[in-house]
Amino acid sequence: MTRPPLFDLALLDRRRLRARRLAVAGADVLLRAAADELAARLYAVSRDFPVAVDLATPEPVLAAMLPRTGKVGVLHRIDRLAGLGVAAVADAGALPLRDASIDLVVSALGLQWTEDLPGALIQIRRALRPDGLLLAAVIGGETLSELRRALAEAEIEARGGASPRVSPAAELRDMAGLLQRAGFALPVADQERLTLRYDDAAALMRDLRAMGATNVLTERARVPLTRGIVARAAAIYADRFADPDGRVRATFDIVWLSGWAPHESQQKPLRPGSAKARLADALGVTEFGAGEKAGR
Amino acid sequence: MAERGPHEVDPRLLEILVCPLTKETLEYDRDRQELVSRGARLAYPIRDGIPIMLPDEARPLE
Repeated sequence: MTRPPLFDLALLDRRRLRARRLAVAGADVLLRAAADELAARLYAVSRDFPVAVDLATPEPVLAAMLPRTGKVGVLHRIDRLAGLGVAAVADAGALPLRDASIDLVVSALGLQWTEDLPGALIQIRRALRPDGLLLAAVIGGETLSELRRALAEAEIEARGGASPRVSPAAELRDMAGLLQRAGFALPVADQERLTLRYDDAAALMRDLRAMGATNVLTERARVPLTRGIVARAAAIYADRFADPDGRVRATFDIVWLSGWAPHESQQKPLRPGSAKARLADALGVTEFGAGEKAGR
Repeated sequence: MAERGPHEVDPRLLEILVCPLTKETLEYDRDRQELVSRGARLAYPIRDGIPIMLPDEARPLE
């Protein structure tokens, strides 16, 4: 690959370790919401999954919740960081899983950091047994658009240019196609928007740090933001994105991905030409052969 | 389960793990606590019973 890596994964690891040390209560509100929703979605699936992998979910919150669905047998937690119940350390971009060995792969808010998401999805699909399920939540869409704008404007005012401070986000419309190209059957992508409210932009940035979610872009400016720029960004944020009570809003879009490893029992479109009834009969109209002009 | 020491790898995990680069079956070297990929010529370390399946952390085989 000639393209430089988008994310600095070693830095991401350090940020996440710092976040664990900080252990700020309540900073995992997004992750808990995503894990709750993922468990609910899994509960609604009418089959069991004897062998499951929890991939790249930053904390053990999802792994703790899944057994309660009663759908999962053995669950292996795999992540880039050891500790907190991780069974094997690995990166989603180079998955150490045997072909057709897993019934279920779940992931909550971890895969957005994957350098090569299409490649990771292909590897996940290959690791799934036929009729195995991928159910994942990634951060995407308009996430942190307010912070992105406030920081960019403040930096442009101070320096005449802005550098990327917030990761590019996964777009919903790309995701279903991505699943399909990775070979998943019945691919579905949908988006859920959560608006969180904070006392001010500084409180939001403190929470991002406590989530280990601050900037890890390889192309990030090596010049850190100055106190002046951060203060100006906070003022712009308060000016544009505050509610009447003075608290500020932050948008988080969670993109939900689900897809199945292909299996013959799944519904699929019929082959062209295999129809047993004529469309014209069903519609009660006269059929004109190809090449004839419809009557004027 | 009961016979497994505190730092032994879960055999159910070993069943599903392959080399992340070549996707081939790994040899479990119990004495050195390594998972060896002949194809990639790498030995992935097992630390405290946890396989570290990162090529950057693996020991190159001569």
